[in-house]
Amino acid sequence: MKKKKWVRWAVSAGIVLGSLYLLQRLLLPKYAADVIEGALIAEYYDEEKDHDVVFIGDCEVYENFSPQVLWDEYGINSYIRGSAQQLIWQSYYLLEDTLRYEKPDVVIFNVLSLKYNEPQKEAYNRMTLEGMEWSLSKVNAIRASMTEEENFLDYVFPILRYHSRWSELSGADLDYLFDTPKVSHNGYYMRVDVKPAENVPPGRVLGDYEFGENARSYLDKMAQLCRENDIELVLIKAPSLYPYWYDEWEEQVERFAEENGLRYLNFLELVEETDLDFSTDTYDAGLHLNLSGAEKVTRYLGRFLREQCGLEDRRGEEHLARRWEEKGTAYSRDRDEQYRALELKAGTDQPEKQEDS
Amino acid sequence: MEELLEILRDLHPEVDFETCENLIDAGILDSFDIVSVIAEIGERFDVTISAEKIVPENFNSAKALYHLIQELEDED
Amino acid sequence: MLFTSYEFLGFLAVLLLLYYLVPKRFQWQLLLAASYLFYFLTGPSNLIYILAATVTTYLAGWQIARIGERQSAYLKEHKAELDKEAKKAYKAGMKHKQWLCLLLCLLFNIGVLAVVKYTNFVIGNVNAVFQAVGSGSRLDFLDIALPMGISFFTFQAMGYLIDVYRGVVPAERNPFKLALFVSFFPQLVQGPISRFGDLAVSLFEQHRFDGRTVSFGLQRVLWGFFKKLVIADRMLVGVNAIVRNPESYSGAYVFLGMLFYALELYADFTGGIDITIGVAETLGIRVTENFIRPYFSKSIKEYWRRWHITMGTWFTDYIFYPISVCKPMLKFSRFSRAHFGEQIGKRMPVYLSSFAVWFATGIWHGASWNFIVWGLANWVVIMVSQEFEPLYERFHNRFAVRGKMSFRLFQVVRTVLLMSALRTFDCYRDVPLTFRMFGSIFTEFNWHVLWDGSLLGLGLSLTDFAILLCGVLVLIAVSLWQRSGSVREKLAAKPYPLRFAVWYGLFLVTLLMGAYGVGYDASQFIYNQF
Repeated sequence: MKKKKWVRWAVSAGIVLGSLYLLQRLLLPKYAADVIEGALIAEYYDEEKDHDVVFIGDCEVYENFSPQVLWDEYGINSYIRGSAQQLIWQSYYLLEDTLRYEKPDVVIFNVLSLKYNEPQKEAYNRMTLEGMEWSLSKVNAIRASMTEEENFLDYVFPILRYHSRWSELSGADLDYLFDTPKVSHNGYYMRVDVKPAENVPPGRVLGDYEFGENARSYLDKMAQLCRENDIELVLIKAPSLYPYWYDEWEEQVERFAEENGLRYLNFLELVEETDLDFSTDTYDAGLHLNLSGAEKVTRYLGRFLREQCGLEDRRGEEHLARRWEEKGTAYSRDRDEQYRALELKAGTDQPEKQEDS
Repeated sequence: MEELLEILRDLHPEVDFETCENLIDAGILDSFDIVSVIAEIGERFDVTISAEKIVPENFNSAKALYHLIQELEDED
Repeated sequence: MLFTSYEFLGFLAVLLLLYYLVPKRFQWQLLLAASYLFYFLTGPSNLIYILAATVTTYLAGWQIARIGERQSAYLKEHKAELDKEAKKAYKAGMKHKQWLCLLLCLLFNIGVLAVVKYTNFVIGNVNAVFQAVGSGSRLDFLDIALPMGISFFTFQAMGYLIDVYRGVVPAERNPFKLALFVSFFPQLVQGPISRFGDLAVSLFEQHRFDGRTVSFGLQRVLWGFFKKLVIADRMLVGVNAIVRNPESYSGAYVFLGMLFYALELYADFTGGIDITIGVAETLGIRVTENFIRPYFSKSIKEYWRRWHITMGTWFTDYIFYPISVCKPMLKFSRFSRAHFGEQIGKRMPVYLSSFAVWFATGIWHGASWNFIVWGLANWVVIMVSQEFEPLYERFHNRFAVRGKMSFRLFQVVRTVLLMSALRTFDCYRDVPLTFRMFGSIFTEFNWHVLWDGSLLGLGLSLTDFAILLCGVLVLIAVSLWQRSGSVREKLAAKPYPLRFAVWYGLFLVTLLMGAYGVGYDASQFIYNQF
């Protein structure tokens, strides 16, 4: 009799836990299917981790630099841990998280996120934090990022957050229930389409140009962490024309770099050197670069890393070379497919355009 | 006793007050009835039933109520 | 700390674990600590209020008991020398002293309640008068936040004290036990208002862990969460959309909003009480029921015996009876009979004291004219139906419908509609607006909005309406089933797989369809309106 009761308990518990697990998987948003930016952070964990360079930062890193080019042309093995509107404390904790697995020679951080001193939007928090594997760094990242409406438990049991998604489930939720396709090339989100930058609006006047206390403290911590681990921290500002980058901000970053003996590259000032052309090298009028733009900027960065940071060419390492060859195939396939799709679209768009004119 | 029954019958002619034992618990007498009964008793028996005596035990049956009246009369 | 928060669930889990692990004689002390922690978390300064209520009530009760003891001792000692008259006079003197204790304590506590709850209401009215007479002076509003649950714990403490004075319950000698009675956390937020005689025994008893009791308690908690999260909080979106935009939603919308609100209020309030009683049950404590299927009532009077029962009995026992049987009132009764005739004169005292009760009920619900008018409207309806009694009698003698199913159904629907109509006072900003909006139901014929898709503009999707409809059907079905006894008992007699499916199903429905968390855009809908 007693035994029967135990069996009953065990079966019930199994059903409850099993069904809740399945439900949670089903209800989680499948970023890979639509909002690709949300799938970037998680992909890192499947990689072999012996990178020379790791990028951290917001869309200005994952849309503007191509690790494939760094490898193909300089033999530098790199990865981008970027995500949409990645806030500076999230970058810091992602760096901490990365250091649990590997110690790169150089860490590159894009400084735009210094402008945010407080948590911003729940949806962006989710896209950055959900992909992280559990560690103290993730816990701290969540605690630093939560907006007022959020609750820590919603990160531990995402079903509590996404419980009402049942009414908007689609085929993709079943397709990607267990396996998620790769969406990036070592963290790079490839786009080949073109939308020229025409009238870039000037930045509106701000009340205060000083970076916030909180944001600055994380930059300090980041520099400190790199020092302790003997990593060279390189600050960059990607060539994105918008969001507007103010001179006052530039001064503060330059001062910080100088005081801490860090190298700082502002690609906005390197348009000539990188040969960027904003009429062909951006896909959204200057916010982000397309493939052509990203490859140009990456070439400059590669030269800089080789010459200034002394990174060696590793193309001779057989194992690594094989891996990159595979990656290269996927890279070209993605590129070719996108160009094909673009041509197809251009074909169908033609009549509309004529009507317009 | 007869006089009390008369008061009660006046309110609810359809109830057999001699036998009914759950006037309150069954919701036969509501708060308005109770107040009328107390006013009426005050008139005819010259006793005052104070609010603290209004508990189901005292009002569930005519017998109990009559008992209460007698008790109050004795006290005076 | 809201019932529907992760924090509360965590709090409950930890408490349950500790409660059944500590030695049983410490259980009530643990509850006291938990209750104070709970109340502390709602706002540290609130503790002052509950402590003041507890200490004054304790001292007054203790003093009343002491006077009682002195009296018995004195009477015993002087038994031989006192004649009946002297005894009576002595007793009356002592009773008067007790009465003073009671009065002092009542004045203090009701006074505190009145100050925190009604000061700004009074100031607002005084300012309105100033403005009306053209005076430029204004009084400043006080900056006091209403301590959570103060109406409930004050009433509960005062009920205890009056019961002690009346000799219904003995005074509690242990101040900490009284403190627990006043602060018992599950009923701190919204009642029920327990009476000492009902709650004390199981509150201070030692409780051994009993799987059945605990799981019954949890089942009731779950049912409460279902009502609150799936039905009430979802319905709230529709209610708010309608009542916060009176300019755009009038006529049929008001009627609909009235029904929506009736549903929202029922699901929210009874759901909350289910959680309260369920939580207490997991601790082995029996809390008085506060609702008996109120929307099945056949008259307003019956409704008020079945809705928020503990509040109703509080007002009846401590306000209605004392006023209606006090000596001046009996005198008035004699007077009015002599002057207004037997029939009307007899009812005058009842009407007068119930006026007082309904006024008090109204203002107890909130410091605004809306609630006062709402309370008095209830009074009017009850009085009118009382006066029409003979008319009903004649109707029933003529037509043999009494007891027929269809007639009973008619009565139920009538009661629900009437109560819902009165409740519109809860919803709109002020009394004139309420009358205007309610009037628009009859003057503006826009019933087409009910089926031309306009309802989907209220912030609720078709899915939401479907869930609400199913929810209402479930509520009705459960209520019907409950008429013949506890639903949980009946389910417990069923085979395990069925039971498991029912309760786990309810859990999943609440988890998935509950209107909670960031994903649910309740707040967004509200912002949309501005």
